[in-house]
Order: sequence, then structure tokens, then C-alpha cells
Amino acid sequence: MTRFNAFALLKNALNGHKGWTEQWPDSQPKKEYDVIIVGAGGHGLGAAYYLAKQHGITNVAVIDKGWLGGGNTGRNTTIIRSNYLYDESARLFDHAVDLWENLSQELNYNVMYSRRGVLMLAHNVHDVQSFTRHIHANRLNGVDNRWLTPQECKDYCPPLNISANARYPVMGGALQERAGTARHDAVAWGYARGAAERGVDIIQNCAVTAIRRNADGSVAGVETAKGFIKAKKVAVSAAGHTSTVMQTADVRLPLESYPLQALVSEPVKPIFPCVVMSNAVHAYISQSDKGELVIGSGTDQYTSYSQRGGLPLIEHTVAAITEVFPIFNRMRMLRKWGGIVDVTPDRSAIISKTPVQGLYVNCGWGTGGFKATPGAAHTFAWTVAKDEPHPINAPFTMERFRTGRLIDEAAAAAVAH
Amino acid sequence: MSYRIPGRGRIDRAQPIRFTFDGHDVEGFRGDTVASALLAQGNHLMGRSFKYHRPRGPVAAGSEEPNALIGTRRGKGQFEPNTRATMQELRKGLETTSQNKYPSLKFDVGAVNDAAYMLFSAGFYYKTFMWPRNFWHKVYEPFIRAAAGLGVSPTEEDPDVYASRNMHCDVLIVGAGPSGLAAARQAAGKGLKVVLVDEHSEAGGTLLSEPQAKIDGVAAWDWLSSTLAELEAAGVKVMTRTTAIGYYHENFIGMVERLTDHLDEVPQDTPRERMWRVRAKQVVLAQGALEKPLVFHGNDRPGVMLAGSAQTFLNRFGVLVGKRPVVLTSHDSAWYAAFDLAGAGAQVQAIVDTRAEVRADLLDQAKALNIPVKLSHTATATSGRLRVSSLRVNKVSGSTVSAGSEIKCDAVLMSGGWTPSLHLFSHTKGKLAWDDDLTTFLPSDTPEDCVIAGAGRGLWGIEAALADGAAQAQAALDALGQAGDAASYAVDEDRPGTGVMHKELPTDKQPGRAKAFVDYQNDVTAKDLRLAVKEGMRSIEHVKRYTTNGMATDQGKMSNINGLNIAADALGKKQPQVGLTTFRPPYTPTTFGAFAGYHRGSHFEVTRKTQIDAWAEENGAVYEPVGQWRRARYFPKSGEDMDAAVKRECAATRSSVGIFDASTLGKIEVVGPDAAEFVNRMYTNPFLKLAPGKCRYGLLCGDDGFIRDDGVIGRISDDRFHVTTTTGGAARVLNMMEDYLQTEWPDLDVWLTSVTEQWSTIALNGPNAAKLLQPLVPDLVLTEENFPHMSCAEVDVAGIPARLWRVSFTGEIGFEVNVPAPLGRQLWETLWEAGQQYDICAYGTETMHVLRAEKGYIIVGQDTDGTVTPFDAGMGWAVGKKKADFVGMRGMARPDLVAKGRRQLVGLLTEDGSKLEEGAQIVLDPNQPIPMKMVGFVTSSYDQGTVGQPIALALVEGGQDRMGETVYIPMPDRTIAAKIVSTIFVDPENNRLKIGAAA
Repeated sequence: MTRFNAFALLKNALNGHKGWTEQWPDSQPKKEYDVIIVGAGGHGLGAAYYLAKQHGITNVAVIDKGWLGGGNTGRNTTIIRSNYLYDESARLFDHAVDLWENLSQELNYNVMYSRRGVLMLAHNVHDVQSFTRHIHANRLNGVDNRWLTPQECKDYCPPLNISANARYPVMGGALQERAGTARHDAVAWGYARGAAERGVDIIQNCAVTAIRRNADGSVAGVETAKGFIKAKKVAVSAAGHTSTVMQTADVRLPLESYPLQALVSEPVKPIFPCVVMSNAVHAYISQSDKGELVIGSGTDQYTSYSQRGGLPLIEHTVAAITEVFPIFNRMRMLRKWGGIVDVTPDRSAIISKTPVQGLYVNCGWGTGGFKATPGAAHTFAWTVAKDEPHPINAPFTMERFRTGRLIDEAAAAAVAH
Repeated sequence: MSYRIPGRGRIDRAQPIRFTFDGHDVEGFRGDTVASALLAQGNHLMGRSFKYHRPRGPVAAGSEEPNALIGTRRGKGQFEPNTRATMQELRKGLETTSQNKYPSLKFDVGAVNDAAYMLFSAGFYYKTFMWPRNFWHKVYEPFIRAAAGLGVSPTEEDPDVYASRNMHCDVLIVGAGPSGLAAARQAAGKGLKVVLVDEHSEAGGTLLSEPQAKIDGVAAWDWLSSTLAELEAAGVKVMTRTTAIGYYHENFIGMVERLTDHLDEVPQDTPRERMWRVRAKQVVLAQGALEKPLVFHGNDRPGVMLAGSAQTFLNRFGVLVGKRPVVLTSHDSAWYAAFDLAGAGAQVQAIVDTRAEVRADLLDQAKALNIPVKLSHTATATSGRLRVSSLRVNKVSGSTVSAGSEIKCDAVLMSGGWTPSLHLFSHTKGKLAWDDDLTTFLPSDTPEDCVIAGAGRGLWGIEAALADGAAQAQAALDALGQAGDAASYAVDEDRPGTGVMHKELPTDKQPGRAKAFVDYQNDVTAKDLRLAVKEGMRSIEHVKRYTTNGMATDQGKMSNINGLNIAADALGKKQPQVGLTTFRPPYTPTTFGAFAGYHRGSHFEVTRKTQIDAWAEENGAVYEPVGQWRRARYFPKSGEDMDAAVKRECAATRSSVGIFDASTLGKIEVVGPDAAEFVNRMYTNPFLKLAPGKCRYGLLCGDDGFIRDDGVIGRISDDRFHVTTTTGGAARVLNMMEDYLQTEWPDLDVWLTSVTEQWSTIALNGPNAAKLLQPLVPDLVLTEENFPHMSCAEVDVAGIPARLWRVSFTGEIGFEVNVPAPLGRQLWETLWEAGQQYDICAYGTETMHVLRAEKGYIIVGQDTDGTVTPFDAGMGWAVGKKKADFVGMRGMARPDLVAKGRRQLVGLLTEDGSKLEEGAQIVLDPNQPIPMKMVGFVTSSYDQGTVGQPIALALVEGGQDRMGETVYIPMPDRTIAAKIVSTIFVDPENNRLKIGAAA
């Protein structure tokens, strides 16, 4: 594996780029693995990386029905933040941000973690109350988050319209300066390269059709498009399709899958310095390093596995953006797309053991899984390796829906993740 | 020097039009695009590329153009970047600017990147800029961001308006070239609604570039005008400047019509663009094909362009793109470009074809025109700084590339053949099938009711396109039950052709160093694609994302197929094994404003106002938004701030009477034989035995057992309930009710009707409320005995038929008068007049909040947050213990919901008398380190009330068992101590609710 650095780049520039090697091999399945991870997104590849790096478990395969990073990892709007209300969420997402800050160096792959700040806008009294509650809770939890007046919001994000005559005037905002964005593809590729370097097999275009169990109920392996593969442990991290995969092991998950759409504008020179989220009007926006405005929509109203998405929701999303940022009205949409997100009743994730011995699941990230990638991958790997949860993901069980010990961020704040 | 050819083109020479390009005046004609007008001046240089800032000119003539992107401006606020010069029609006064250059288009310092070409290979930024650790965000990223981007964003608010319309039709035909026109003729005159759209300023497609053709003996352009007249007469709606941007479920097509960008003056109130939402029974996609560039070193120099586009510039705009062009091709079609340009006076330097054998008639015609022909040749380089000046060509035998020779030229017209335009087809999740003979993807199955016609199915030539347009349209008509025969067409001087496909052209140089561009705008070369494959990117999606091939503003129209061919070659696979990336809407970049349509400014969302809102406005109300409603928050008298006004309103209501507009409360009429059973199952409280004429406070939980909504429910008669909800919860509650009724209890005989906007609701509260109201209600004696608290009646109030409720959200004697909505203001003014003797006070939501908090009444969503059970809220009394079932019953029995230590609603009084901040967190030990263990938070806090000191409500762990204990609220600057008390601060005995006691 060629190390990435400026010297190697220069050397290869001079020799016609002859020195670069493949970042991960195209593996074919072996007969048996210690751990099979279903789903080669950032979470699954990251879990494989940490299994190999931190737990010495290298006889691992990551299997995906498509190309790695092709699900929600490669379709999201890359917002990273940790100003969550509840202690459990704050710890998990802050753990992720800690890992984000060093991820490029950790992986020797520039994932472009950009601490440009995430500003969440308040448009009504209820928003103000909710954000104030978040800011106080974050402060006592040691999580960065502070209140900005409308003018301070405008200073931080000049394209913002803070006119009192707006349909929903900006009443202020909550700013997490440590938050930001990262390059989504690079996260998947960096983890894939790091995992492959440590011996993990990455098997693409190979759908897992069923999880098989032994007579004693424990996990036996997976049926795939390329035949049965035996495994001591199976870890499922398949986002919108997790529930259907888990069903084959007779594990029913409290998940609903929805289409979620996003879009980008044509590229322009830097105009938008940070990330802005406005839950009241449903606008989420940042500008990519390439210059495109990256805009997220809300989920479609109905559960579906279709990735086409509808026009009306996009019309609403764009209207919301031009409401908050009227100067973008003449910008043009370049491309829009959809993904399938899996949503739990309390809108928080599940990173957990399951009733099936040797079967683990990491799912339910809804619209906010990208930001958790390193934290989720790290704690999921721990859970799989030690057969017990890391203290950080211990509250994120499947059990909580039976006991009622929920971590209900959405209910608490009416805030999208 | 003019390159305009007299007698050619469809421009109107009687209408010269001046515009500016980078501040210089340029003259063109009506019918020109910016690109054709600049080319007519001999100016090919129109832009700089994304990464290397290489000088670029137009490579195409249509919406697929990747290079010639410009800023366009009409007036203040009317600027847009990245406009395709090939699509922007001239208008008087149009200001255009080139992009991505500094200081000028001709001399751009950014072009130093070009020298470092080998350094900026695919994915270079993933491999460096990692140290020092914090430099990415502070140093590298700002540098990269500034270098990236293309044009500049608008910075002013857009003064233009945008519109949207819905349309239903029987047949929608996308593309008004020969096949689309033939399809429209086939469908016309049958009583069907037929719509034909084209993105260009006029219909015709290929016919506009091929005037030589004769259709059924008629010259192409004459046939075009008579056909359009015929279609118009037959009622076909022909829409130009209209782009079908996306194909959605169930034959739903989004289309954007550009209405004013081509006009010198914009008529008043004309929208700039209009979004059409079309539901078509059948769709005919007749979008034609796109010409492929050839991939060779230097294929991006200004003057190198697609042969078909050169033909378009000549025949449609009368512009010769070069006087000494050379043609480089692997397809027959470019030979005709050579002949057309030669016919217009160009000295065609050579036709260079990669093929060893070419049709004899083409060779004969070249010979007749004295055009030198070089077969079995490749191109290995171009030269020229801002404009191509020569092409280097080399003989190829087998895999040997011989030494090259230079051909001097001022333009290179290239063709790598054609690829069907299948973007919209792909939006349908339609499958593509590789055709080995045509070496291209063709459409296969689609789940939608749609057919593809003409070049979109790989049929070249006008005759084939016409015939297929008719045949495919007939297939669509068959599906509509309109059987018939497809019309046939005979075309003379047609130009069907064949060709071969190439990856990058063979070269005698080191291919790894060639600047052979595949994606022009994003500066992706064949070398980049091969490097991506070498680095393990095997999926075409990975190749795309790693190199950014196909991600430019042309969305791969120029680059996807060439990129695929090269990637497939590098992978050692066939094209269908590699596959294409998914085409995404919109077909071409589309103005945000067109999506937003009417939903801008005050129309972004409707502002819901009550019938009494105007009175509030006249009386100086300050508003707050609550959902889509605007509600009067308080009524300041002169000089009062919110606190002073609210204090006054609170005191007046507690001492005499206050009047409040409660019309925004959600109202749902629940009617039917099973109405009582339904309400009883939805709400936690028992409702079966509630007598008509009585109301009851209802708590609504989700199936998880947490409070979702609340409101007073009145039983009007045995089979009729008037349910009220919170203002923000109305739609949610109705949806939830419908969900249960339709999916869980379809056996219940119940109808649900939203009546929120059918009733105006006025609340009267205070010790004098009954006295004020009684004279206006002659038919009902308002005494404690006859009309006690929680009664309701249908009775006239001030002569208006009303639903009168005896309820209170303040702790005072209270009435809510519901009258037909339009009579709300009349009643309000009557009550206002009648109340003058009691110094009646109008109050807003803020006073309402304070008064209810003093009485310990919750606001759902403020004192609860979706994690609070009725028991947590101290409202276990509202849960029917003997009920067989209700929504949330099992949820609230879960172990954690009945465990000790849950957060419970309590009152708080601060020890120092200060007001707490809503949302502030509560701890037991204020001296612990961060992260602190938080046991709750302040949900409501007020100091304008009548208690004599600030009060607060809070959710605190085990709060109901902590009465009298002290807790702490750590603020950034200090810690506040507070005592836990009851949530009821005023009149715990409920004496003030009684009419007798108050009187």
C-alpha cells in the first residue's frame, strides 16, 4: 500500500503516476470468516477497520450488494455536529467528532473534515426555547454550542436573510463552531483502504440474501449471491435495508424506511462559509469545496424503498432555501437524488447485540448517520469484538423500545438530525 | 473579420442586436445565441476550465455545452452565473461576462495549474494536505475553495417572479425534432390532448441543421413550418424554450418553460420561468442523440468542436466556425459537416478519419470538393494558445502509430459518433441494453407508460427518425385505444451514417502524460480515468466520484460514454459489464426560483389569520408565529414593553375580565353512532359516560404512552363530539385519528371533519366573565347550578347561534364562545362593548401562558416534550383506570415508564427571587465537574404574573417526591438555587372557578 503524502504525490507526478497501487483489492469470498459485516458503507467499513486495528480481528469480510460507499454514505449532505440534547447522544456524537478531527491522519486519507461551524436557526418562540435548552444542556455536558442573535447569525453567514419581514423571521440561532462537513466518499474509501491494508476482505456486488442460524439459534453465516459464507459473528449495518436483512434471522426491528432527497446547485465561487440548518422551514445547506451548494430535504411523507423521490418535496425544499437565502433564487439546481433512511420510533440509532448469539446490528440512523460514522463504527466494532457494548453505545439498545428507556432527540426538540 | 455567411441561417438580419461580452460591445442578430454571435466575430475563447484554467471555447451548440459558460445579467438582482452561451438567446442590452479567470480571459494566472498538470491528477487532494493537522480548514481548504467554483453567485435579491402550473394530457412528446414532430402529427386530430415540447427557441431539432433534406418532396424548413401550422390547427400544444427536467412516478413530468430571458423588455408581471407539472397518459421521448467528442491530446483548444455543432452554427445561425477547418472523425456524419462548410466557402484542410474504409460516395464527394482525405489516421496533438492553429495527425497501422504531420487550421471539427439521449428514460429506472453493432446503450424496459422514438433508439437519419416517431407514437396511441397505421415518410438527401467507437485515440506519445480531455469542464482526462482504475476504483460510480468525470454542469452529456469506454478498457471489461452511472434530474441545470414558484416571501407559506386578527392589528397587537398562524402575543399600550403589557393584562384578567382570541385552536367534529367509543379509545380519559351538554379535558398520547396533545372535548349530542386540539397539533391529531380509524378500527362508524376554520372561538376569563356574558345569553342562566364549570350548550350568544363552553385555561371563571367563523369579529366587538363597564382587557398568548402556568395547567410541547407520560405531568387523574383500552395504554405500562426517578413536572421558586431561563438545566450538586449530572430543566418561567414573585415549571427527576427540596440551576455566570413546590401557584382549591364564589 502506497503511503499518501505530498512527497509521494510529487514523485508520482514526475514518473507519470506509475507508483500508485490499488487502494483495496477486489476480494472474492472465502469459505469462512470470524466476522462478516453486511453493508459496505462508512459505518460497516469503519467497523471493519476498527476490528482489525484495535481488536486484532482481521479475518473479516465486508459484503455489499452494490459498490462500497454507494448507499447513504455517498448520498448524504455531510453535516457533522454533536450538539445533541441528551447525555447519551451528546457522548456518542461528541465521540464521533473527536474521531473526525483526527481521521485524515488516522487513515492517511484526506477526508477533508472541515470545521466550518453549524448554525441552527430559530424562527419561532418554540425554537428559541428548544435551542436554549440545548445550549444549557450542551454547556453542562462540555459540548460546544452557543446562542447568536439575528445580527450575529448574519455576520457568521452573510447570505442569510434576517429581515423582520420574512415569512418566518430569524429570531436567533445556535452555533456549534466545532461542527462542519467532510468529504463523504473519502470516508468510505479511507476506511476501505485502511481495513484492506489490515487484511479485511471487501466483497462488492454480492447481495446478502439471508442470515443463517445454527440449531442452537446462534448465527451460522450468510447466504449470498456467491453462495453461503460461514461466520462466527455477523454484524449488520445496512441502513434502509437493515430490517429486511435482519428479518431473515427472525429478528424484527422497529424500523421504518423512508426516501430522503438531496440536491446540489451548479458550482460557484465561495459564497457560503458554514452549514445552516433551519428546521422550522426545512432547509439544510452548505457549500462544497467544489463550489456547489449542497442542500438537504426532509424525508418523504410515506415509507418506501424507491430512491426516485418526488418533485413536490424538492419544490418545497428549494422554496425554503430561497426563503432563508433569497440571493440564491437565480442559482440553478444541477442534480438531485434520493436515498433510503431507516428510522426508529425515538429517532435515535441502535448499536446493539441482538437476541441471536453472534448477531449484531447498527441501524436506525435516520437522516443523520453520516456525522456519527467514526463513532458508530468504533463502538460497533467494540461491541462485536467483545460481545458487549462500549459504555458509549450501551444505551442504544434494541431493548429500549420494550422498556421505554428511549433517547428521544426528535421528540425533545423537533429537530431533524 | 466576420464569419457570418450571407444567405445562411435562420437569424433575422433585419434585427441587429447589441450586447456586451466582458464589457465589449458585440453585435449579433435576432435568433442568435451568445455563442453564435461571438463565433460570428471569430471569437472562440469564451471561458476557462475548472481546474487547469485552460482557455476554452464552445464544443457544442446546445444545452450539452460544457465550456462556454458565462455570467448573464439584465439589471439589478438579475444576474446568473454558468449560463450556457450556446443556449442564451441575444436580447438588447444583455450583459455577459466570462468566468473563472483572473485578471482576464486572455491572460489568466490560474493557468499555472496547467503547468502542474501531472500533480493535479485524479484524487490528488485525498493524498495530501493532511499536515499540519489543523491546516486543512484554515489554509488548504480556503485555497482550494477559492480556486474551485466557476462563476460567482448572485448577491442581490431576485426581483423576478416565477410561476407554476399543473397540466394533464393524453400524449406528451419531449423533443420537437423529426421524430417528435412525426409523433405529434400521428397523435394530432384524434381528439386527444397532445403536447410537444422542446428546449430550444424553436422547434425542428436536426431539421434546423439540415436544410438540404427534402421530406416527401418538400424542403426541410418548409416542411417544418407547414407541419407546425398543421399541428397548431389540430390543437397540439407546442411549447418551445421548455425543458422536461425530470420524469417522476406514474408518468409525472416536471417541465420548465423560460418565458423572458430572450425578451428585450419584460412585460409587466410576466414570470421569468414557469414550472409545469404534467401528468401524461403516454409519453414519447424523442430527445435525439448527442454527438461524442474524440479523446486526444489537446482536444480542448478553442476551435476544437463537434462537427455536428459546426453544422448547426452554419445552417441555423449562418456562422462559419472556421475558414480553414479540419475534420477529424470516426463517423460518417462529420463528412457532411465538411461538405456543408466547404459549400459555404471554407477551405476544408482535410478530412481525417480513423477508419480504414469509408463509403465510396463520401470519398467521391470529398474529391469533388477538393478536400484531402486521410484514412486510418489518428490525431495526437493540437497547437495554438487561445485558438487552435494546427492539428497533428499520424497514420495508424495495427497498433503502430507512425510519425505525425501538422495540418494548419483554425478549427477542428470532430465526431466520435452519436449516443442516444436517454436521461429522462433513465429517470424512470428504465433499463439500458448495450448494442454491439451500434456500440451504444439503447433503451430497454421501463416501468412507466413511455416509448422512445428516433435517434434515442439508435436510428440515424431523418427518414428513420420520422418513421419511428410515427410508429412509436402509434404504439402509444394503441395503448390509449386509438388504433391506426403509422404514417410513412420519404426523405431525399438524407444523411444516415455509421461509424466506429473509440476510447482515447491512439497516440505516439506517452499516453500517461497526454492531456486528452473526457470531461472538459471538470478537466478530467483519459489519464485520470485510467489512474482511478489502477487505484482500485472498479465501479463506474467510483471512477466518476474519484475523477469527477460526468459531474460537471453538463452532467456527463459530453463525457459519460467516452469515460465508460476508457474505464471499461482499463478494467478489461465490456461496457455493459461496467455500466453507466445513474442519470439524475434535472436534465439541464434549472433555476431555483422555478422550483420555488409562487412560494416566495409572504407566499412562502400561507399566513393563517383568524377573523379577529384584523381587530388585533387595529389595536396594536404584537404577533408571534405559531405554526402557520400568526397570533396576537400581547397588546401594548403606548410606552409598554412586553413585560409591562403582560403584567397589566394578567392583573386585569384576574381582577375583572379578559378577552382572548382562541380561534386558532384545532377543532375536529367527531360524529357517528360510535363517536363516543372512538373518542374514548383515542384519549386517555373516560368519555363513554360523558353526558351531552358536558365537556371534559382530554389527554392524547401516542402508542408509546407519551403525551401528544390535549384539549377540551364537548359532547354536543349522543353521536356528536366537538374536539379541540392545540393550535400547532391540529393537523397532526386529525392525521393520527384518521390513521387509527382507517387502519385499526375500520369497524367503528365515525366521521372526522376538520372544523378549525369554521368556528371563531372567543375566551372570556375573569371574575366578571359571567356577569358580562349573561345579558347576551337570554336563553341560558349562567349560574353555578345551571351551567357549572365544564358544561357546554348550543345557545344564542348576542343573537348568534353559538356553542358555549364553560371552561377555563386561566383558573378564573371562564367561557369559550364558538360562533360561525365569519361572525367572530361581530361577536368580539359586541363583547368588547359590553365589557367596557368591567374594564375588559384584550390579552394575547403571552398572558395566556402566564395565567395558565400560575394555575399549573400544562402547554403540550412546552411543559412536555414527547417523553412525558400523563403521570410524569402530574395528570394521572386524566387516565381512565377502568378503561379497557386507549391509545398509549400498553406503552405507558412499560417498565421504564413506571419506574422511579422519572422526570416529573413540578413548580420552582428561586431563593433569590430571580427569574429562571426557560431551558435552563437543573442539577442536585452545583459543584460537580463537567459533564454534570442533570436531573431536569425549566420548562416555563414567568415574572409578569400575579403571584408576587417569579414562578417556574420544571421537569425534575423524581420531582413529585422532592417537594420542598432545593435544586440548582448553573448558569454561565452564576448558580441559582430554587425550591421545588407544587405546580399550582394560584387558588389550589379552585374557588375562583365558581360563579357563586366570585360573585
